[in-house]
Amino acid sequence: MDEKIGIRKIVVPGEEILENGKPGKGVFVENGKLYSSYLGILETRAGYVNVVPLSGCYIPKKGDKVIGKVIDVAPVNWVVDIRAPYYAPLHVNDVPWHVDFGYTARYLSIGDVILAKVSNVNELGQVWITLKEQGLRKLEGGHLIEISPSKVPRVIGKGGSMIQMLKDYTGCRIYVGQNGIIWVSGPPEGIVTVIKAIRMIENEAHTYGLTDRIKAFLEEERGEGNGNEE
Amino acid sequence: MSNSKFTAGVISEMEKNYIHRLASKGTRIDGRKFDEIRPLKITKGYVERAEGSALVELGNTKVLVGIKIEPGAPFPDTPNSGILATNAELAPLASPTFEPGPPGEEAVELARVVDRGIREGHAIDLEKLVIEEGENVWVVFVDIHVLDYDGNLFDASGYGALAALANAMVPASKHELGDDFKLPVQHYPVPVTFGKIGDWMVADPNLDEESIASARLTVTTNEEGHINAMQKGLSGTFTYEEVQKVINMSMDIGRKVREIILGDSDGKED
Amino acid sequence: MGMKSDIKLIDDNGLRIDGRLPNQLRPIKMKVGVLQRADGSAYIEWGGNRIMAAVYGPREAYPKHVQEPDKAIVRARYSMAAFSVDERKRPGPDRRSIELGKVISEALESVIFVEKYPRTSIDVYIEVLQADAGTRVAGITVAALALADAGIPMRDLIVGCAAGKVDGVVVLDLNKEEDNYGEADVPMAILPRTKEIALLQMDGDMTYEELKAAMDMTFEATQSIHKMQIEALKRKYMEVE
Repeated sequence: MDEKIGIRKIVVPGEEILENGKPGKGVFVENGKLYSSYLGILETRAGYVNVVPLSGCYIPKKGDKVIGKVIDVAPVNWVVDIRAPYYAPLHVNDVPWHVDFGYTARYLSIGDVILAKVSNVNELGQVWITLKEQGLRKLEGGHLIEISPSKVPRVIGKGGSMIQMLKDYTGCRIYVGQNGIIWVSGPPEGIVTVIKAIRMIENEAHTYGLTDRIKAFLEEERGEGNGNEE
Repeated sequence: MSNSKFTAGVISEMEKNYIHRLASKGTRIDGRKFDEIRPLKITKGYVERAEGSALVELGNTKVLVGIKIEPGAPFPDTPNSGILATNAELAPLASPTFEPGPPGEEAVELARVVDRGIREGHAIDLEKLVIEEGENVWVVFVDIHVLDYDGNLFDASGYGALAALANAMVPASKHELGDDFKLPVQHYPVPVTFGKIGDWMVADPNLDEESIASARLTVTTNEEGHINAMQKGLSGTFTYEEVQKVINMSMDIGRKVREIILGDSDGKED
Repeated sequence: MGMKSDIKLIDDNGLRIDGRLPNQLRPIKMKVGVLQRADGSAYIEWGGNRIMAAVYGPREAYPKHVQEPDKAIVRARYSMAAFSVDERKRPGPDRRSIELGKVISEALESVIFVEKYPRTSIDVYIEVLQADAGTRVAGITVAALALADAGIPMRDLIVGCAAGKVDGVVVLDLNKEEDNYGEADVPMAILPRTKEIALLQMDGDMTYEELKAAMDMTFEATQSIHKMQIEALKRKYMEVE
């Protein structure tokens, strides 16, 4: 209970890491010594030392579910911004509809938001996405919130506990893309509460006792709003 | 609060609908009322090397305005008047959509709208800036430097220009032209911009609102309640009634903003 | 450098025109995360310098022909506000700004793991809001903070600092008068962990011994500036609630 105020250990690029462990993610080795590559949080897990960046862009991984926005339409594909350094093409063969050549805009147009899966990434950073899987689709209604991709695990919480709590308290539908784009749908008051809670999680991701504080916040909001959740 | 990094450029139907839905409930994406501007903070004298300066923070929009004053030749048609020159830089650090390079049409429009407010509102008594009639006058350069772009640059820049002019000194001694003196500022023409979202008029639109607004209207009014400049923008239209409503609201907001500009927030940030 | 003047830059007690000792830095203040739109940002006050830096990227490099297939390109742009100097500066890049942008880009690239982001650009914008000598080294120092804030992976936090010679004395961190009327200026950028030199320029007139003394002085000073950088980065996350 008393560790609640604590802050996780923050390291900066080039800082030597004295903790024992095998080099994991976000670190590099020079002359047998371990250093951080990022401004991030130090984390030891299963014998590995990792640095989780506190900010930064999304680097796509095969299998990630992401939320993206259509920014261009071509005869046989769409171009989707998934907030990675590179745009992702979505080919007509990777959608659940039969699309005739040149008729792409009938199905998805510029500005449409989709829930997609990263189907492939190569070493040049090129990335392909697909809509061909249960649950993948165009998202309609609601609102988008953007957070740092490295904070996605905190928003989801252990075993999805944090996100479930947000849903329970606000009555909103929420989907968190691995790329840090969050889709929220529901009553406007609920959306406003979710936005506030997510900003809290984002700003305090590096502290202990976050779940309890978010819970207290949601209780307070519920008290004020009198039955905001439906 | 804004999602602007991801939404820069293409605005989705989803975001548009959300803002409209909020408007129909009488509120806005950041919880403001329709006629409410974002928190405004003005730090005068931010850059000591300039003859006058002010950092304006209007919500997340940040603009730094610096004034330089130098002697120069008057324009042939106005031999007994000082010169006002306004320039705006949309520095690429302020937004992913700003490109390095010479000022584009947006920067030029911004500079001209701010200039028009100051000039037509006779903010500066230019006739007091003559050193030698027809030969030598003070040239007042207003340089607008946009640092963080979250919408409504017209107002943030206009407030910055007024605040910077209000604390500017004419550097006469440096040029051996007598003692330094306060730049003669006689009026405070304050711009207020509204965006039209659906059928609603919202004051001081932030970037998300600005991106989906169909039309925009800036009205500059002075402390006497006179109108000094207007600029309508974007492809949408206003009804005559809407324009009248915007003018009246601009005067009300302008009064409050003028008090903040005239406030003694001198000295740089903590 | 080298403008003639009767100003005495070092007094009889060996103190400088602003009261500093030869190896003393001007006051420095740093703040991380000052801009909302940028992917990373920072602000520095160093003596009379006021400089803001913003980072965008890694993002797909444009135009396409500048892309490198195996790494990110680092593009730093150094620019001075019109009102940052005594005589109003005409807006837009001059030859000096272009040169500084180039050497700063190269210095920053030396610490960034560019191979992680093929075909992208990492854009660094350094805006000098008020200039007071040493803007390029202050600019590099604040750019390092903005890069870290943007989540760019790096093998070190690069630090800039200058030393030079005024009135025949080797001094650290020249101010404006010393820069104008002094005899030499040696701006450097150092990787504090490995002591590598990533930027080195010099102009003026120095003996080999003087140059060595100036470089040693800079090396020592960069260690303390580096500590301020670390503190500024961590402070952003300490101020919760």
